[in-house]
Amino acid sequence: MITLENVGKTFTTQDRVVEAVKNVNLQIEKGEIYGIIGFSGAGKSTLVRCINLLERPSVGKVFLGKTELTALTDAQLRRERSKMGMIFQHFNLFSQRTALRNVCYPLEIAGVSKKEAIQRAEKLLKLVGLEECKNSYPSQLSGGQKQRVAIARALATDPEVLLCDEATSALDPNTTISILDLLKRINNEMGLTIVIITHEMKVVEHICDKVAVLEYGTLVETGSVQDVFMAPKSQVAKKLIMPKGETTSSFENNKILRIVFDGQSSFEPVISNMILECHATVNILGANTENIGGKAFGQMLLQLPEDEIVIGRIKNYLDTIGIHYEEGGAPFDE
Amino acid sequence: MKKEVLRLTNEVVTLLRNGIFETLYMTLVSTAIAYFIGIPLGVLLYTTGEKGTGHNTLVNKTLGIIVNLIRSIPFIILLVAILPFTRLVVGTTIGSTATIVPLIVAAAPFVARMVESSLNEVDSGVIEAAVSIGSNPLQIIIKVLLPEAKPSLIVGSTIAITTILGYSTMAGFVGGGGLGAIAINYGYYRYKKDIMLITVVLLVIIVQIFQEVGTKLANKTDKRKKA
Repeated sequence: MITLENVGKTFTTQDRVVEAVKNVNLQIEKGEIYGIIGFSGAGKSTLVRCINLLERPSVGKVFLGKTELTALTDAQLRRERSKMGMIFQHFNLFSQRTALRNVCYPLEIAGVSKKEAIQRAEKLLKLVGLEECKNSYPSQLSGGQKQRVAIARALATDPEVLLCDEATSALDPNTTISILDLLKRINNEMGLTIVIITHEMKVVEHICDKVAVLEYGTLVETGSVQDVFMAPKSQVAKKLIMPKGETTSSFENNKILRIVFDGQSSFEPVISNMILECHATVNILGANTENIGGKAFGQMLLQLPEDEIVIGRIKNYLDTIGIHYEEGGAPFDE
Repeated sequence: MKKEVLRLTNEVVTLLRNGIFETLYMTLVSTAIAYFIGIPLGVLLYTTGEKGTGHNTLVNKTLGIIVNLIRSIPFIILLVAILPFTRLVVGTTIGSTATIVPLIVAAAPFVARMVESSLNEVDSGVIEAAVSIGSNPLQIIIKVLLPEAKPSLIVGSTIAITTILGYSTMAGFVGGGGLGAIAINYGYYRYKKDIMLITVVLLVIIVQIFQEVGTKLANKTDKRKKA
């Protein structure tokens, strides 16, 4: 559906040259929910703008299906853009238009008759659960409602792709979940390909099928969310995955263990059994469980005792019962 | 003394009424035409500027210099300097209609700057969204930029209209009409201070009304505030 070939973007400011995106190769399949994750300044927003050419890549090619977007004229590109909806962190709704007229806008410029546009806009507002608010102005809506209007607006031209640039970053956790569920539903019902830019692992865990990890403009890791979550290869991925809230100073490399649960084992008292079996006490530093792709996944960060023999016993035990674990520590060096 | 004032008032009512009409005529017509010229000019300044989609330093700077040049000429000088042009356009250099020509020349660049600054206030994210939807540059100007900037444009037009009103009073010095001419001819040249005072009060009232209406209208149009 979307193919990026050696895409790079360089910004030249007065005193220096910034390479925001470097040599990115990416393949996003139809119907996928693809997450692009990275810390602030990693070049995520530039990368997503390279997909619909809001930022024209300095080098490389961008394809939508078989069409090479980077080779199109401005007019052709505008037509292709109607196949790609986009939503933003700060919603970017037209402040002087009502919710309904915001959703009408893409149809107006596509030359759809006013009556037809309103009918379609009403249907879309209903889809996002906002038919009540059609005559409200954006300033009268909450953040979550604004993003719903933005989603309806992005879907107005029946696009094949929806690009989400930090779409939930300005929202509270509950609203984030409801927006993500809405995106998931749209993905299921309409077969829409969704690209999600975020700095939050929980967003990726919640709805993405695949994920690409971006650092300093370069893709350092790509794969299915399960694989990356279970065994992150890059330091950035490890850092992004770790449950939040731990302080970094108390960690010594080999005494931290990240235990990853897959579907079945999270319901067994793994830790209790391990403590009983190994006659060792452990300190639970952090834990979370997530619903990924319908299965209960989770992770737990354990601080192990000093004794190397006990550590060996614990690892041995985890190996026998088939629990995936990783020796942590390194991700906390910042 | 009292008797004289009353006599004067009777005589002067028609004079003042005509003055008010002439002032409003000059102000409103030149504001309208100044906007007719100033909006495209302002849009051009914006689109060729830093934030604009058609960024073009040469056009922007050239236009900017012309605009600044005209704006820096004192109106009273401009008024006299373009008398031949005024004659060419309206066939005369005296009266209210003749004053409209220099008013437009002075106001259009001013309006252009106001429009440019209003457009600059529009959230660049909103424009980005419009681009991502597939809008062409013209659609962005007409369907996004101008409507989004509407409240600010109305505030700007209130400032423009009162400035133009102020300029119009100077026309009295070169045979223009309106309240300014009355103030100068009666108040200044004939030392009739009471007439001068009345015209000033009338001008204050007119400015006040324009300001009030403009502010109300701007607030009513502005959907960014919670209703």
